[in-house]
Amino acid sequence: MSVVLITILTLAGLGALAAVILYLASQKFKVFEDPRIDQVEEALPAANCGGCGFPGCRAFAEALVKADDISDLNCPVGGPDIMEKVADILGKEVAKTDPMVAVVRCNGTCENRPRVNQYEGATSCAVAGALYGGETGCSYGCYGLGDCVEACDFDAMYMDKETGLPVIIEDNCVACGACVDECPKDIIELRKKGPKSRRIFISCVNQDKGAVAKKACSVACIGCGKCVKICPFDAITMENNLAYIDYEKCKLCRKCVPECPTNAIHELNFPPRKPKPEKKEAPAKSPESSK
Amino acid sequence: MNQKLVVSPSPHVHGGDSVPKNMYGVIIALIPALAASLWYFGLGALIVSLTAVAACVLFEWIIQKYLMKTTPSISDGSAAVTGLLLAFNLPTNIPLGLIIIGAAVAIGIGKMTFGGLGNNPFNPALVGRVFLLISFPVQMTSWPVPVESRFQYLDASTGATPLSVIKEGVASGASVSDLMSEIPSYLNLFLGNMGGSAGEMAGVALILGGLYMIWRKIITWHIPVSVLASVAVFTGILHLVDPETYVGPLFHLLTGGVLLGAFFMATDYVSSPMSRQGMLLYGIGIGVITVLIRVYGAYPEGVSFAILIMNGFTPLIDKYMKPKRFGEKVKTAKVQNTK
Amino acid sequence: MLKTFSIGGIHPADRKLSAGKSIEMLPLPKRVAVPIAQHIGAPAKPEVKKGDLVKTGQVIAKTGGFVSANIHSPVSGKIFKLDEVVDASGYRKPSIIIDVDGDEWDENIDRSETLNTDITLSSEDIIKKVGEMGIVGMGGATFPAHVKLSPPPGKKCDILIINGVECEPFLTSDHRVMLEKGDELIVGIRILMKALKVDKAVIGIENNKPDAIQHLKKLTSQKSGIEVQPLKVQYPQGGEKQLIDAVIGRQVPSGKLPIEVGAVVHNVGTAYAIYEAVQKNKPLVERVVTVTGPGVTKPGNFLARIGTPVSQLIEAAGGLPDNTGKVVGGGPMMGKALTNLDVPVTKGSSGILILPHEEAHRKPVENCIRCSKCISACPMGLEPYLLMIESEKELLDRAEDDNIMDCIECGSCSFTCPANRPLLDYIRLGKGKVGQIIRNRN
Repeated sequence: MSVVLITILTLAGLGALAAVILYLASQKFKVFEDPRIDQVEEALPAANCGGCGFPGCRAFAEALVKADDISDLNCPVGGPDIMEKVADILGKEVAKTDPMVAVVRCNGTCENRPRVNQYEGATSCAVAGALYGGETGCSYGCYGLGDCVEACDFDAMYMDKETGLPVIIEDNCVACGACVDECPKDIIELRKKGPKSRRIFISCVNQDKGAVAKKACSVACIGCGKCVKICPFDAITMENNLAYIDYEKCKLCRKCVPECPTNAIHELNFPPRKPKPEKKEAPAKSPESSK
Repeated sequence: MNQKLVVSPSPHVHGGDSVPKNMYGVIIALIPALAASLWYFGLGALIVSLTAVAACVLFEWIIQKYLMKTTPSISDGSAAVTGLLLAFNLPTNIPLGLIIIGAAVAIGIGKMTFGGLGNNPFNPALVGRVFLLISFPVQMTSWPVPVESRFQYLDASTGATPLSVIKEGVASGASVSDLMSEIPSYLNLFLGNMGGSAGEMAGVALILGGLYMIWRKIITWHIPVSVLASVAVFTGILHLVDPETYVGPLFHLLTGGVLLGAFFMATDYVSSPMSRQGMLLYGIGIGVITVLIRVYGAYPEGVSFAILIMNGFTPLIDKYMKPKRFGEKVKTAKVQNTK
Repeated sequence: MLKTFSIGGIHPADRKLSAGKSIEMLPLPKRVAVPIAQHIGAPAKPEVKKGDLVKTGQVIAKTGGFVSANIHSPVSGKIFKLDEVVDASGYRKPSIIIDVDGDEWDENIDRSETLNTDITLSSEDIIKKVGEMGIVGMGGATFPAHVKLSPPPGKKCDILIINGVECEPFLTSDHRVMLEKGDELIVGIRILMKALKVDKAVIGIENNKPDAIQHLKKLTSQKSGIEVQPLKVQYPQGGEKQLIDAVIGRQVPSGKLPIEVGAVVHNVGTAYAIYEAVQKNKPLVERVVTVTGPGVTKPGNFLARIGTPVSQLIEAAGGLPDNTGKVVGGGPMMGKALTNLDVPVTKGSSGILILPHEEAHRKPVENCIRCSKCISACPMGLEPYLLMIESEKELLDRAEDDNIMDCIECGSCSFTCPANRPLLDYIRLGKGKVGQIIRNRN
């Protein structure tokens, strides 16, 4: 009997002692933390993707609470909805941001861009990038080794086995920019998602002279400048033999698209051009419905 | 030119070494010990070895194929090595069911739960063996008598191992010099003519296999030498202090699983440290813990436990025992005066 | 017991197929493409324009800084254009393209074969001359030679080490230079000794070239201060730090240059080029290139002008074998795989290695089995298995702590790995990133 009693008393005593020590320690080493940090963190998507430029949602929440003006801070994953919620908690103003999406600016599929070499090293664009220009004659195009897909935390990318190029699943893409940072060729760009996900971009980053670029890839931008001339809004600029469409200026008139001799300008989610567009919704969902 | 040139980072040549080469090298090194085992234990050794190898390979194949859904890599020989080493650590009169359980634990829990070859923190064969030893202590500690049990399997006549003779004898108050008459001569211990697990007794065969592995550069000398040396030194000191309570170092080296452990179990690539200094420390740890268990512990034999304990220290050893870097020791004979 | 370096090392089969082939003059190409960045450091600045007539040896691009080198026209003819030419890695690099017309040399260049042993220039003038003549390290690193001859203030050199190791399998260009240009080489070494103001030089040669050791021993027997040191065959003995360790037993500390231990290392090819530059006024416009490979019909050593397309060298060696899988610029351990065969020969091209399909492919990668063979092989005492993981997972601060910057990229780890892991691929990547971080920090 006494054994049981001693056991119980000892254990209870140990427990009580530990509790007292823990309590004292927690009082002694208490750090004051703004309770709003927890609230803001709660509101954030907890994806910890780093798309905001901070190491994780907690750090972003701290920055949000600390900053007087949060209009230049943005959570690309949560988008305007979440940012508004955060603003409510903090009683601050947020800037209205357009939803963005990643686009792959290379269309060098196996057919368009014939392979001249065979790469056999570690399956990593970064390793290949440190070694050479790529399996094709185009030293600007996609390696097709999928570092961007590895970097994506949102299942918004996959490698298309047929083309050897990454594909972005618009609905999943939160424009965190992880793939943009990862790509050693700077092929992926964050662009305005556009009304009804409609957008126009040049699907090429080749800065070689026209003839060289064309020889390496049949859909390369050859820097002819036809699109620059036709654009009524001065949205297209030409630099280093490569055209670039400024998505802030582009009004999606689509005049440049048929003008391009190599079909390097891509239009996404527009209704078919001819015959006259009927009242048909674009296949992709509107920006509001994607989170 | 119509063919595509291969492009890859340097180096463009490879030494030709491969995982199967190393694994089959270990199996070749185990052949002398297997032959000795067949000589002493005959039928039992054959049944235990075949069952253990087959079960390990089969479990690895099943797990890789149906649980991990990858291409099975049983042809690399690592499962066969695990199976053979497991068999070597079992008495030869152990029932088939237990061998299969041991193989399932070794491969399933010891190896595959961590991701397969290269990821297991503990030596899989020893995980299987220790699991059996703790769960089925009676079956795991009845040792067939060598030579005379050649044509028997489950019904083999059993006897004690030299280690347990000494352990129990000393515990009951007898002196070492009296007990030495009960155990075989050193020559017989060296040749393996004693009770014990299937593959651990034949010292000469194990040393032969170990030397073969060192010669083939499958292992380096660091782990075996440090294990054996620390066992010898530690037991030597104890023996000098009190020869009537503690047996001499040669006895400890030749009996039980010290040789098998030092050459084949402790040197398991995956669960042993990477740097030379780390290997030495690891080996010394195994030697010391083995002797501690043998002399002061409850079990007469402690090599398996010692190796598993040191396996647990491997990540720590790897973190703090770095190889000697180039340029760390600056030999500046004439340079000093130029500064 | 022969000397060698103290840590790690491997023994690849040396396969020196072209060791017995004397240096052969390669016919002039019809057109050469001379890249303006053939060395480590700033690219040179072109001095010519389209349509200019140039003579062999005339400067066509001026040095772009202290760590840079002049570039001379390797041929005489007319500048076709200044354009970008695809280099070995598939990127387009600015180059000067010259249409060859005859072979008229600059009149200051002494093209006679007579051996000139009188070193008249002073130490400073030698260094200046070496810089003007565009001499770079010809073992493959292409570090401008005059920079190495100018020790930083406060550091003193007490020994010159000449690298005749040629530890890369297959390559034989240095071997042939030692055999055929021994006299000139010795004068070159004496010039280097004078420039560095040292009285001791050691030529390190691996024991698989006994003829070169014999020949140079004979030539150096009456000369004071120059010594031939036979070395045990072990890769990567030709690495600067390993060679210093092997020859004089001093280890260059981590992150430091050889001058820290009072040594300067030059390649035999460089020493020969320096002889020609200083004694004959001849700039670096041609070099010995080994063309070799298991399937090559006539492996050999060719004296080729800079800018010659690699395809022409391969033709001279009997053409590209049918089952060619890979063409490597340099040796098999550290060379660079070529993406195309129009690449020009540059100052650093020591060899062209043609590998058949059987040897061109990598085997499938398996799990690391922690066998620690990479640690045994690493000549710098690093842990390649760990550095690979740290590079792959971008644990760059830990990689830095584990001395990733000490890696000399010799490839011993990848060569040894039984699981065929691309150790060096990732380590090189991590090293680049860590280097970037360190540069940003300073």
